[in-house]
Amino acid sequence: MSSTVKIYSNQTIWDKISHINWGLFVLILMISGIGFAALYSAAGGSFSPWAARQMMRFVALLGGMFVIALIDVRWWYKLAWPIYFIGFAMLVVVEIMGHIGMGAQRWIDLGIIQLQPSELMKIAVVMVLARYFHAATLEDMRRIPFLIVPALIIIAPVGLVLLQPDLGTSLMIVMAGVSMFFMAGASIWLFVAGGVLAASSIPVAWYLMHDYQKQRVMTFLNPESDPLGAGYHIIQSKIALGSGGLSGKGFLEGTQSRLNFLPEKQTDFIFTLWAEEWGFLGGCFLLFLFGVVFMYGPWIAMKARHNFSRYLAMGLIVNFSLYVFINISMVMGLIPVVGAPLPLVSYGGTAMMSALIGFGLMMSVHVHRDSKVTRV
Amino acid sequence: MVSALQMSVLAVLGGRLAWLQLVNGRRYKMLSDKNRINVKMISPSRGGIFDRNGIALAVNTQNFRVLLVPEQAKDIAGVLTSLQRVIVLNDAQIERVIKRAKRVAKFIPIEVKDKLSWEEVSKIEVNLPDLPGLSIGVGDVRSYPYGGATAHVVGYVGQPSEADLGEDPLFTLPGFRLGKTGFEKRYDRQMRGSAGTKQVEVNVIGREVRELNSQPGAEGKSAALSIDIELQKFVQEKIATQKSATAVVMDAHTGAVYAMASHPGFDPNLFTHGMPADVWEGLLANPGHPLTNKAIAGQYPPASTFKMMTALAGLRAGKINRNRTVYCPGHYEYGTDRFHCWKSSGHGAVNLEEALSQSCDTYFYELSTEIGIEAIAKTARDFGLGRTLDFELREERPGLVPDKAWKMGRFAERWQPGETIVASIGQGYLQTTPLQLAVMTARLVNGGYAVKPWITGYVGDQNLTQGKWPKMSVSAKHLALIKSGMDMVVNSKTGTAKGSKIEDPAYAFGGKTGTAQVRRITKAERAAGDRNEDLPWKQRHHGLFVGYAPYNNPRYVCAVVVEHGGGGSASAAPLAKDILLETQKRAPAKNAIQGIVDGKVAQRTNKQQTKI
Repeated sequence: MSSTVKIYSNQTIWDKISHINWGLFVLILMISGIGFAALYSAAGGSFSPWAARQMMRFVALLGGMFVIALIDVRWWYKLAWPIYFIGFAMLVVVEIMGHIGMGAQRWIDLGIIQLQPSELMKIAVVMVLARYFHAATLEDMRRIPFLIVPALIIIAPVGLVLLQPDLGTSLMIVMAGVSMFFMAGASIWLFVAGGVLAASSIPVAWYLMHDYQKQRVMTFLNPESDPLGAGYHIIQSKIALGSGGLSGKGFLEGTQSRLNFLPEKQTDFIFTLWAEEWGFLGGCFLLFLFGVVFMYGPWIAMKARHNFSRYLAMGLIVNFSLYVFINISMVMGLIPVVGAPLPLVSYGGTAMMSALIGFGLMMSVHVHRDSKVTRV
Repeated sequence: MVSALQMSVLAVLGGRLAWLQLVNGRRYKMLSDKNRINVKMISPSRGGIFDRNGIALAVNTQNFRVLLVPEQAKDIAGVLTSLQRVIVLNDAQIERVIKRAKRVAKFIPIEVKDKLSWEEVSKIEVNLPDLPGLSIGVGDVRSYPYGGATAHVVGYVGQPSEADLGEDPLFTLPGFRLGKTGFEKRYDRQMRGSAGTKQVEVNVIGREVRELNSQPGAEGKSAALSIDIELQKFVQEKIATQKSATAVVMDAHTGAVYAMASHPGFDPNLFTHGMPADVWEGLLANPGHPLTNKAIAGQYPPASTFKMMTALAGLRAGKINRNRTVYCPGHYEYGTDRFHCWKSSGHGAVNLEEALSQSCDTYFYELSTEIGIEAIAKTARDFGLGRTLDFELREERPGLVPDKAWKMGRFAERWQPGETIVASIGQGYLQTTPLQLAVMTARLVNGGYAVKPWITGYVGDQNLTQGKWPKMSVSAKHLALIKSGMDMVVNSKTGTAKGSKIEDPAYAFGGKTGTAQVRRITKAERAAGDRNEDLPWKQRHHGLFVGYAPYNNPRYVCAVVVEHGGGGSASAAPLAKDILLETQKRAPAKNAIQGIVDGKVAQRTNKQQTKI
């Protein structure tokens, strides 16, 4: 593991700025803009309490994104492990003395912002795995012992996150991590075996699950069974979406959201609010924007010159898309309510921060696509 | 490969969105409307009840109450303490409000105190700026201005019972009352009105956000009764001189009931304003059955008031005429049984008129053995006894006119001749209500028309008055003979009610006394000459009187029953005298019932009233 990287750059700061993916930036602006509009509507046509704060956060975090983008990708290569360990330590701290909220311990209160270490961990896992697989050969990837370390890299934080307990985030870390195995060339049979293992572990998982998690799965399977209880969220969300129709009820006219039938409309169910007011056309437009963002992942990876950058870009975009998929599937009643925000759109600092950090790293990969990361 | 996966997931999401919004959009749109649109009921106000002269007997009075909206009152306890300085409010009431405020949505008003006096209302109004969250609200409360005088006829309203629920959506409204007894019950549906609806958009906690659509309901219809409230009050006060009594005053020709009273009664306002527990228990325990309208639900042996039926049956059968006499030695022997006349020394030879006026039992004993129970029963039924009279008030009971078939059905036993003898003087199985006795009397003196009693003049603008009755197949000569005997009851020197005679010939009346045994008088008692007045109250005779006035051209009939009041001539006849005199003076028959127009008493009849 002891490796050093020589950081050498011949790019000036202006070169770097000119190489930032401005197209991606515009997309981020558009998606966030939709978020601001939705939050404005969620508050009944008011900037307070959500839209204004979200905009201020966005501007601040956007600065952070650019800073991250301008830092040489080789630094990120070097910092992968430290970031991972810091994140891991924070997870331990949360586990020991974390705040109690929503029946789960997830936050560290940093004063200005409530930091959710599990969010940071998602990125850290991607970074560390990208680094680990950076020098791996195809033969390495076929050797099971070689894969034990990266498996541990995933399992260790996932275990802690599960303890919180946060099933949604755990699954997302696992999925993002596993997809990196796949991209680095691990055998397809490994996934088949893993899938079988996962399936067989369902009874065990069921036994270990908290009551509220079991409840969520049960009501997902049949939301109408408990229309005023846990199934309420899903039913109301589907009603809101469905009643939007083709062109929606109109901006600020979403009755389900405005009259508070829709729970958590400013966070997890923001997509519902958007699609209720703007209909199928508005919903598809947002999905389209996300789709274009997803295309940036492979595009940036393709242009990168070395594996770390490639894996990092792909891992980050997979991570981001998982967020989007899980949230939207959830509000449409395709998967259980797991409590995942829609990145860039939902109200909340942590989710926006991790999304913008992710894009910052992707941009860094792009800006420094010609730098060489070599093991010395 | 990863991108392909991402794109296909996106496609799935888009497809799902299309499924929800395009394919099922209409269904979800409906569900969304169901969510947000709440239909609220607007409660109609209950129609009023008026007497024949347009005087209100049942009205809706405004009930002022002070309400608290928790979200407007920052400090509930503080506001209520301030209110305590303005009106009388005990700590328990305050505690109740605070407790309730914790349970209900913050925008729903909580009643702090109701039935505020005018003074309290104005005090609160003046101090409202210092009492945030408080407001004065107005609700309807049923009020009966004449209280106990109309308790049985008008009835009262109360909360719908569990069984009633579901009949009308109105019943679910808090504070809704429906007619429980008397007229309030009979025409409840019409007086209740129908609920208006208001569609409001509500948010998830049910707060009204805006009104979308409203549909006015129908106000309840007002009603006018045939009752003359002044007469009603008079009658009620008269019979209240007795421990337990009831009286009916009716029009002999139209059947309009002018007064119907039952004592002891109760204050119907207690049912709408709140009944103290001890008062309620007192009502239940009272042996005079204050909650029962004894004029229609009290069933008594008609006793000697039934003798007209036996007499008429005899006349119809051709067994007697004006001149036939029966010798009364004070008793009547039938087989081995001896039936006593009330006058143990006997009446001597009496003809029909004398037998009626002196109430000789022996005359009717003998007559009955000649005509049999079937003939008597038929005449009794012809004259309105033995079954209900389709009277509007649902509490009406049918009474009982026995015959052979009835006894076989009821006891599986043959009818005994002695039972006919007992029935001939209105005892035994016979049961009649005072209203039936009034109807019987009316049919005897109105020229033989099958009049039926009614009380409803108008409901809304619908005229429900009655007045045309079919002629009965009965000889005018027979009726005249019977009436002559009844005239003598009061106006002859030997009549049983001679003490109640009205001297002014313009107001003179006729009638018949009756004394109903509630238990058999034993031989030993008869031998010892025990006096009825010495018995415990419950064992004393009922005193009855049926009367009509003016005696030469009867317009009004009345029936009076004094429960356990002793002899009819001593207890009931004096009451009937006063009642018939007052009735003739007030002459309610001269005034048509004032109609109802637009829920108000019609104007035109006010002029009529002043004319007379």
